[in-house]
Amino acid sequence: MKSTLTCAMLAGSVLFTALVSANENTDDYINTLTELGFPAPKDNQLVHIPPTLQDLEQSDVHPELKRVIRRGYDLFTDTQQLRGENVFNNMNCSSCHLGDGRMPFSAPVWPAAVTLPGYRGKNDHVNNLEERIAGCFTYSMNGKPPEYGSDDMLALAAYHQWLARGVPMYPEKPIYGRGFPAPERPEELSYERGEQLYQEQCAVCHGDNGGGLQVGEKTVFPAPWGDDSNNWGAGLVRLFTAAGFIKNNMPLGQPLSLSDQEAWDVAYFISSQERPQDPRYTGDVAETLEKYGPTFHKHSLYGQKRDSDGKVLGDHSNTGDKDFLKPDTVWPRTFE
Amino acid sequence: MNYLPTAILFLTTLTLPGWLQAATEGDASRGAEAAAVCASCHQADGSGKHNEQGESWPQLAGLDADYIAKQLRDYKSGQRQNATMKPFANMLSEQQVADVAQYYSEMAPHPGQGGDSASEEVLQRGRILAQRGDWSEYIVSCKSCHGPDNQGAGSVFPGIAGQHAGYIESQLKAWQAGDRTNDPQDLMGTIARRLSDDDIRAVAAWLATQPPQAN
Repeated sequence: MKSTLTCAMLAGSVLFTALVSANENTDDYINTLTELGFPAPKDNQLVHIPPTLQDLEQSDVHPELKRVIRRGYDLFTDTQQLRGENVFNNMNCSSCHLGDGRMPFSAPVWPAAVTLPGYRGKNDHVNNLEERIAGCFTYSMNGKPPEYGSDDMLALAAYHQWLARGVPMYPEKPIYGRGFPAPERPEELSYERGEQLYQEQCAVCHGDNGGGLQVGEKTVFPAPWGDDSNNWGAGLVRLFTAAGFIKNNMPLGQPLSLSDQEAWDVAYFISSQERPQDPRYTGDVAETLEKYGPTFHKHSLYGQKRDSDGKVLGDHSNTGDKDFLKPDTVWPRTFE
Repeated sequence: MNYLPTAILFLTTLTLPGWLQAATEGDASRGAEAAAVCASCHQADGSGKHNEQGESWPQLAGLDADYIAKQLRDYKSGQRQNATMKPFANMLSEQQVADVAQYYSEMAPHPGQGGDSASEEVLQRGRILAQRGDWSEYIVSCKSCHGPDNQGAGSVFPGIAGQHAGYIESQLKAWQAGDRTNDPQDLMGTIARRLSDDDIRAVAAWLATQPPQAN
């Protein structure tokens, strides 16, 4: 009886370790995050800190797979190398997914590898990992996704999947630090306060005109608005997503330094600026809003009058640096 | 530089943040004269010197002119404290600050010193910190602000590749101790305080071995 119990406990702890720690440094990460003010994992949460590139080099995966995962990392952290082909703004994947897509509270990307194929409300059908990545290219990169099954797409998918090493498929537990958890929305949001905070706290890196900073062909600081930024269809135009990103990640190196009110005000100010048109644009901003409001734009300022000057946001046909509205690689699925 | 028109527009409505001060235009040839007093430490070619014992003198050649000018103004105002630099900075007029900054910014940089003696293991740790950071300690990479190959980004984030190890080390320690605070929004201080002594040695050594900005 006693030995059975010990056995069960041992098995339990082995399972626990396997679930909690694919990486022996997990505790270091959690300690650091909680010291910074992030919540500690709850008992029922799946905690996973992905392996690093150094872990990849030391692992025994096939050298050719290592090469492809490295290529995926390289594309993820310098997506600008696809500028003009697949990317038409100054974003890298790692511009929003900090720590090379590995960090909790910074929309770590590995959950996509273990929760997809899955239903996605945004396009109302079941998406796989490649289609999810294609979504980022279409909206966040204001671009045209690499072809499904292409070398670049496979390399990116392989990097995502490598980051999920050791995590069970379709995990039943909620994932610790998934997405950009939004702080509680304050009663009032202020464009003026947001603008002042932006100039004080953000402009040193992102520019007083929101243009970001590039050196040569590399992005140092992404553009929070304008032609070099994500388009109106990107997840980050939703106020709660922007507030969550800012609160948990900005200024770089100083997460949680802004109050909830400040994070929302900055998000509100940035979201009140123009950016390339939503690829789902029907030719009419009101019609587009009606069509995609319920699933998406009810959380953004698209089609609304801006506080500062009454300008209707998104009422234009500017597609930024690209010469098309919607990439032809994006289509609905019916599975019929 | 491209901040200037908007910066002027700005002046009318907002208090200008420190990093966005309207620059006086510098003249390199005038700067050469004013810089005569700098050469004993920073050398005639702007290469500075790594000193194993004692204070290292930073390389100035190829650094962004507005960055150099801001440092000189900060020495004058006391916002950046350094006993050696203060009297020299005080000798310069605002115009001479701009001229000297322009003069050094136009010089071709030289290889950094003080990194070669580090072991392969130390250099490897330094490379990872500089290029990827160590997120287990929430240490963001150097290049995420200092730009591609750490060769500098704009006027605020100086090139640190090819800087002398002794100088980088002393500055990171100064930030840790709160003796240097003239970075915008404590951006550098925040990261410096998360670095161990070994981290600082490693990242300083690796950066010193890297090619500086090619102007």
